[in-house]
Amino acid sequence: MAEAHDRPPEQFTLRMRRYDPESGEAPYWDEHTIELEPHRSVLEGILQARDRFDGSIGIRCSCRQAICGSCGIRVNGEPSLACHTHLDAAKAGAKDGVIEIEPMGNMPVLKDLIVDMDAVHWKKIQRVTPWLLAKQPVPEREYIVDKDAMVDVTQSMACIQCGACVSDCLAMEVDPGFIGPAALAKSYRFVGDPRDDQQFERLNDLAQDPQGIFDCTHCFKCVDACPKGVNPMGQIMRLRRSATNDHHIVDQNNGERHEAAFTTLIKDNGLLWEAELLPRSYGGNSWFGKFAPPAGKELLSSLPAILKALVRGKVTPMGALKPHKIPKADLKSVQAIYDKIESREERYELNLYIAGEDEAPASPGDPVAAGVTHEPGGHEGSPSGSEPQDTPVETREQTEG
Amino acid sequence: MKVAYWPGCVSRGFTPELHGSMARVAPLLDIELVELDRACCTGAGVIAEHNQELADTLNARTFALAQQVEGAAMMMNICSTCQGAQSECQERLDANAEYREHVNTTLAGEGLSYEKDPAHPLTNKNFLWLLVEEIGLENLHARVKRPLTNLRVGPFYGCYIVRPRDRLGINAEHPRDHYLDQVIEALGGTVIEYAGMRKCCGFPIITMNKDASLKQAGRHLGDAADANADCLVTPCPLCHLNLDLQQPLAEKVVGRELDMPVLHLPQLVGLALGLDPKELGLNRHVVRPTSVIDWSTSVVGAAA
Repeated sequence: MAEAHDRPPEQFTLRMRRYDPESGEAPYWDEHTIELEPHRSVLEGILQARDRFDGSIGIRCSCRQAICGSCGIRVNGEPSLACHTHLDAAKAGAKDGVIEIEPMGNMPVLKDLIVDMDAVHWKKIQRVTPWLLAKQPVPEREYIVDKDAMVDVTQSMACIQCGACVSDCLAMEVDPGFIGPAALAKSYRFVGDPRDDQQFERLNDLAQDPQGIFDCTHCFKCVDACPKGVNPMGQIMRLRRSATNDHHIVDQNNGERHEAAFTTLIKDNGLLWEAELLPRSYGGNSWFGKFAPPAGKELLSSLPAILKALVRGKVTPMGALKPHKIPKADLKSVQAIYDKIESREERYELNLYIAGEDEAPASPGDPVAAGVTHEPGGHEGSPSGSEPQDTPVETREQTEG
Repeated sequence: MKVAYWPGCVSRGFTPELHGSMARVAPLLDIELVELDRACCTGAGVIAEHNQELADTLNARTFALAQQVEGAAMMMNICSTCQGAQSECQERLDANAEYREHVNTTLAGEGLSYEKDPAHPLTNKNFLWLLVEEIGLENLHARVKRPLTNLRVGPFYGCYIVRPRDRLGINAEHPRDHYLDQVIEALGGTVIEYAGMRKCCGFPIITMNKDASLKQAGRHLGDAADANADCLVTPCPLCHLNLDLQQPLAEKVVGRELDMPVLHLPQLVGLALGLDPKELGLNRHVVRPTSVIDWSTSVVGAAA
């Protein structure tokens, strides 16, 4: 972007979605052409349009430097911070050269580009008990925590509560009650904190909730939406890993059973056996799982689809009854890998947020230098000395107003 | 070109027509498939959710097997979910020499090792990426025998092949999130844009929240129908399961008739290259592709 600073002001056309629920009129599109240097932000463009052409344009903003999280909007259909998106980049991503600006999704519009964060986002944040429930007794002086363990949770602490991930969460789009990426990332901030005393309770709560950690569809939308590199979906996956593997929580949503059945079927066959995965996810992780009542109920409700698939020759009875497998010798090798890794006392996990890219030759047999994280008893620690790429400036719980 | 070919599990299980149609299409595009039949499932993100090191090691084994295929230009897959799961593991393996060595220690018992050689990096491309970047759209267009004239095709990208953008190498130079559109056009078809084309099919939560899962599938299919698409095409067999196999159930959840045929990418390519619909397994879908195929003459055409 260095050369962009030298470029003179240019004209940019903004197409804005306007809506005032109190007016009783339908939403409409409004176009304004502004003039600014290309490296300036979309927010500055919107503010110029408001100052020069139409003082009634509704936009919420404060810091103008991607710290306060107030100006979340959609630019060309993708969620982002208005102050964090350059005009030239926005124009390059526009379909017809006109930068399209809309309010965020999944939340009701209050006016134009301002959405009701209280009605959705903040309710969900409250849902996960977003404060530390400290271990007792609380030390008289400061709580001494391993530095490495805290570096790990800084990724979720980098959240500025802008709501960009909530805006485009695809699970929330069909299931508005889903707790969602921002709140679940916030939850990891405490589940991963060694000072917190209620890790099991937090995880059990989120695993048993039908709209909790197992309601995430793994679509990566929040990963790309987040302007601060929080990787909310990654945090959700770690919550799942911790719930099932460290705390052995068997939830009522088939989350743990699905994971266990999938992992076991690959160990037994090398390849997935779809016909067996479904009943086991409902009924339990063994060949007998399909005879458990929940599996029978599911089978009955899926009968129309199954029958149609059989009639069309898509699924053959033999294909459903017999798994396809990889050659015996290879299956043995795969099982040896399983045995070796699953017998470790601690999970051995590379956390790229902590480790970063490391191509310098390190001394062999030194996992700490490699940035590999051990996961003793539910939380991760022992990162390398290297700093995360996106160190948060500060964490703010409340940024509106 | 010769490729180390990873077909995945579902293409040999519940969507055998995908693996079958790829085998038919490959020779017409001068692709030689050397099947990685010793490799195991990528874990589809689920094994990584269970144990990250396990997923990384199993996929490193597959990469090592691919590197042993002599004369192979790269590794190719026909499943978006495989692409996403493998890219995630490869990102970690490539980022850290120490970790790679740790994983290779586990593979050593079998005499295998995944090597990151900057001179010969292991490239792993979905058939869609290979079509555009290696075969080339002009080359593809030149081989078309039966252009998909008047066929209105809705691209269904799904998630794993378009997000996260950085990991998947999507940028201005490689607009991989637009390749399906480009391929449809190269085959002579008409691209139909609709709201759900890059959204989630719902498959990953079909056992956890069936209602929400089918609502996703039903909504996208309905959006495509409202945009007057004749059919959808997808590079992901798991999307195909939720969009085709589960379509009768999705219809009930969204309360409307959908009747939207969903094609696998190699099937659509195969049709344009002149292959017989039955050869491509088009008769094995739950939703009959009658709007795509006139079965009496096997001529491609739009619905009347």
